[in-house]
Amino acid sequence: MATVSMTVNGKAVTASIDPRTLLVQYLRENLRLTGTHVGCDTSQCGACVVHIDGKAAKACTVLAVSLEGASVMTIEGLAMNGTLHPMQEAFREHHGLQCGFCTPGMIMSAVDIVNRRGHALDEKTIREDLDGNICRCTGYHNIVKAVAAGAEAMAGQSMDRKEPPRQAAE
Amino acid sequence: MYAFTYHRPASSRQAAGLLAKKEDAKILAGGHTLLPTMKQRLAAPTALIDLGACGDLKGIVRKGRTVVIGAMSTHAEVAESAIVQEAIPGLAYLASHIGDPHVRHRGTIGGSVANNDPAADYPAALLALGATIVTNKRKLVADDFFTGLYETALEEGEIITKVVFPIVSRAGYAKFRNPASRYALVGVFVAKRGSDIRVAVTGAGEGGVFRWPEAEAALKARFAPKSLDGLKHPAKGINGDMHADPEYRAHLIGVMTKQAVAQATGK
Amino acid sequence: MSATGIGASVRRKEDHRFITGQGRYTDDINRPGQAHAYFLRSPHAHATIKSIDFKAAAGMPGILGVYTGDDLAADKVGGLICGWMIHNKDGSPMRAGAHPALAQGKVRYVGDHVCVIVAETLAQARDASEAIVVDYDVLTAVVDTASAAGAKTVVHAEAPDNTVFNWHLGNKDETEAAFKAAKHVTRLDIVNNRLVPNAMEPRAAVGDYDDGDGVFTLYTTSQNPHVARLVLSAFIGIAPENKLRVVAPDVGGGFGSKIFIYAEETVCVWAAKKVGRPVKWNSDRTEAFLSDAHGRDHVTHAELATDADGKITGLRVKTTANLGAYLSTFSSSVPTYLYAPLLSGSYDIPAIYAEVDAVYTNTAPVDAYRGAGRPEATFVVERLIEVAARQLGRDPAKFRMQNYIKKFPHQTPVIMMYDAGNYGAALKKALEIIDYKGIGKRKRDSARNGKLRGIGFSSYIEACGIAPSAAVGSLGAGVGLWESAEVRVNPVGTVEVLTGSHSHGQGHETTFAQLVSDKLGIPIENVSIIHGDTDKVQMGMGTYGSRSGAVGMSAIFKAVDKVIAKGKKVAAYVLEADEADIDFADGHFSVKGTDRKLDFGSCALQAYVAHKFNGQDLEPGLKEGAFYDPTNFTFPAGVHICEVEIDPATGVTKIERWAAVDDFGNVINPMIVEGQVHGGIAQGVGQALLEGAKYNSDGQLVTASFMDYCMPRADDLPSFEVGMTVTACPSNPLGIKGCGEAGAIAAPPAVINAITDALGHEDIAMPATPQAVWRAAQKSITRMAAE
Repeated sequence: MATVSMTVNGKAVTASIDPRTLLVQYLRENLRLTGTHVGCDTSQCGACVVHIDGKAAKACTVLAVSLEGASVMTIEGLAMNGTLHPMQEAFREHHGLQCGFCTPGMIMSAVDIVNRRGHALDEKTIREDLDGNICRCTGYHNIVKAVAAGAEAMAGQSMDRKEPPRQAAE
Repeated sequence: MYAFTYHRPASSRQAAGLLAKKEDAKILAGGHTLLPTMKQRLAAPTALIDLGACGDLKGIVRKGRTVVIGAMSTHAEVAESAIVQEAIPGLAYLASHIGDPHVRHRGTIGGSVANNDPAADYPAALLALGATIVTNKRKLVADDFFTGLYETALEEGEIITKVVFPIVSRAGYAKFRNPASRYALVGVFVAKRGSDIRVAVTGAGEGGVFRWPEAEAALKARFAPKSLDGLKHPAKGINGDMHADPEYRAHLIGVMTKQAVAQATGK
Repeated sequence: MSATGIGASVRRKEDHRFITGQGRYTDDINRPGQAHAYFLRSPHAHATIKSIDFKAAAGMPGILGVYTGDDLAADKVGGLICGWMIHNKDGSPMRAGAHPALAQGKVRYVGDHVCVIVAETLAQARDASEAIVVDYDVLTAVVDTASAAGAKTVVHAEAPDNTVFNWHLGNKDETEAAFKAAKHVTRLDIVNNRLVPNAMEPRAAVGDYDDGDGVFTLYTTSQNPHVARLVLSAFIGIAPENKLRVVAPDVGGGFGSKIFIYAEETVCVWAAKKVGRPVKWNSDRTEAFLSDAHGRDHVTHAELATDADGKITGLRVKTTANLGAYLSTFSSSVPTYLYAPLLSGSYDIPAIYAEVDAVYTNTAPVDAYRGAGRPEATFVVERLIEVAARQLGRDPAKFRMQNYIKKFPHQTPVIMMYDAGNYGAALKKALEIIDYKGIGKRKRDSARNGKLRGIGFSSYIEACGIAPSAAVGSLGAGVGLWESAEVRVNPVGTVEVLTGSHSHGQGHETTFAQLVSDKLGIPIENVSIIHGDTDKVQMGMGTYGSRSGAVGMSAIFKAVDKVIAKGKKVAAYVLEADEADIDFADGHFSVKGTDRKLDFGSCALQAYVAHKFNGQDLEPGLKEGAFYDPTNFTFPAGVHICEVEIDPATGVTKIERWAAVDDFGNVINPMIVEGQVHGGIAQGVGQALLEGAKYNSDGQLVTASFMDYCMPRADDLPSFEVGMTVTACPSNPLGIKGCGEAGAIAAPPAVINAITDALGHEDIAMPATPQAVWRAAQKSITRMAAE
């Protein structure tokens, strides 16, 4: 067993875990944060995407034990004080989800796209940057619309809604 | 996954010490090849040595006529690095097209180079740019480093610490992705340094990344896509699988080489 | 139309939990004391099991039990069933082998279930599985669809030539006469590629057993929990229905693959009693590839006869359908009654004859996948029509227009009675959207850039809202295909609707609430939709075959009508008027010709307090149920047009434009309906360009992960231009037809017709991968050079 301490959705958590525990298992099984999903075993579908230190990552391909001191945000941590994140709102408004299984990963990826590329996103950019997220229901049409609208809406959000600043590359 | 012990050294020196001590230990860099393999129980290291806290393996700097990239630099860091974008834009472009955004946030140049997946992107860049791989023990030029499928010149206990890229006058990369996995079905990196032209091909070779001398010779006369007209890579020695048989892959080498040259020359 | 009523694009009520990570899928359910199951699967496509030695495994840490097929048999747990009896041409019943949940003496495909290990943790179960020694006698595998019949290798002794059935439909003699008299005959050989459904949520099951009252509970990823309970109870024999509760909570997509009753949930619920602990199993993606029922896999020769005027006079088809190693729950119906009755397409074809041979192979079972039979039929018809038009030198749009059915009702030679439609209207609209007039110029522009551009049509029809129970019963179905609904009005007028339909992405919680809110004149917030739990909802038939709108909502419609009728009786007492004089509109009961009225909530309260009437004259309460049995299939139809540009240098096909005009009858929520169309097209494009499950000759699935099986991603697809036409469906009270499968049915021939138009020849199969298109384009270039 190994001990690891990290921040998940703003809360400090420490646990003694088997080193082979993947982040997604730690979130789902230890913390009961079941919004992060597992849709494949080859690190491709993106249903498990969370933010680690402000950057999108596949929680199925990260050892929890390796995240000592890291800040993790999951879909459960995106809404603030009961107010939905603009990207969450955009997915609902534009029918960017059907069965909902890929949705948490899609939304976390979408927020990451905006963090990287800003608020004015064209269709081509969005489609290319959704490369790591598979949806079987929507045909992506409405997801693309939702991401564009959510990106615009995020421009209007107040500073305190933004995620912690990304750690600069050392 | 099978059980293993986990170690998180603070420097590459400590890591090397652990690696020497632990039997069946493996280095964990970005984890984007190793962890999926372990999940499928196809690898069973008894100890994992995580380089994530090794500060000396990070960072991208320009040193004279070279760019030095720390082994634990992620693909995203290379892609977004102002230094790389300015000095070798073709390399930044390649890094920005590895895997998907999430993979680029975790995967590292050191991990990719050490793994030498025949469908990985970086080996083509290292070979075409004539990079030097620096380990905790020695320096190796790319031509000597990549020795076969998933095989490199790395010896037991050796850890890549950085990769040194000479700054060239022109560089470009073009990749045809495997439609399913999105790895390189064929990726071609071209580089021009003075009169030295190098063309390296990944994804296609039965023995992994390789150079294409005929294309290099053709481009020597004039570094332009047109110089490659009529030049065909033979299908012999080229990979075949359900996505692309040797003939198609060989054909794509030609197409991708032209595209890479076009990119390098801004056309 | 109100903002939340019928016809409004109401934002989905269910979305809040999904976008905040609070969806509750089966793998999110954890029962106290839960153990984990791991299935040891066959690595061989075909082998006799000589012995299974699990002594060492059973003693490993955390192991609660290791069970084989013998343990199931000892407990009298029956095999999995196929619920649709097909008869051969000679009237004899189909030949089906047994389908044990855990192998008994033989394994028949890679991934077949050898035994189960139940342990404290999944890792322990998996560790133990590696200590189990299975002695296999490996047999030759039969894999190929076309050559399975009569192969030396026999999959099941019950079907000695590997043929499950040879079945036919239509009029053979008339069809042969039509072909004899034909001016022109178009012939095509078609392979409809095998697909893996790949709902993003893998299958999962949690079995639980309460020893106190002897009740089993199964939480499972099902599209039809009641059907699962019926099969597990009546056929497999887990427990009587009143002692077995099946819950299908949030389900992350189904596309058909979660209709069926599989080995894993059967074993989990049985093992829960065996080990005295809840037992959980969650499929990983590799297991899903190996053991979820696959779709399609037809090999077909098809011919179309036309007369001198270009009128279609006959169609004949010979299909071999691969059903895999065992008959899955509804597998036999897919290449028969869900396929051949659609071979008339949208066209007036006087003579049709179809022969279908179904074969066993050493591959995963094949069953319904989005569209189920209808995409295969549509591909045959629409490819034949397009090629015929080309061979006859006719414009494909005009050729279709000439041959469309224009008068309704129309009886086809293959069972179906089309009740309403206007195919020409959809075609005209689609031609406008795609700017058909400009295609010549666009082709020339592409050619100047060294590209090949093509346009392809698909004028599909489907039969859904399956279906009148007596009719399907006469065709061999083991169940009726009605739907149930119960509308419970609470004392202050809020409403719970219990439906036998199940939502796994379709948005029933919104659409169904819209209907009820609209009809009762109450706020949509006051309506809750409850589904997916056999303890809450009475027997229902579930969701597949685009039936939840036409059948499920019709049942709700009927139940709501009964509520209104009962409300009128209550209101008559309260308003002191004759029942015949009570009207109901806009949420109020009123007395004709007066201003006396009673709002719906007050009426509900009066029904429950029962102060204004005698309980002997009128029962208190306000709750009504209904079973709705459809009187016909419904017939959604439409025209999809796809425009592609091919780069002959790489073989990459880019979909430039997509126009979809569908006639779904009346639409309750256009936003949701369009979403269904988008998703269906994506799956159809996936089939045409990207997806294909491939087994090698040893029966190993070589596309067993997303690394090799190509799922459509965002940058593989364009945005779609979606339009609608409306001819109301006359057979149900809402006039709706069903939209869930249309895109997947329409899309594949549109794509292939566009590619072959661009290539100038017909020699391309699905999936039209870059490699295949590149090779085909070389042929085009060689031909062009020769011309």
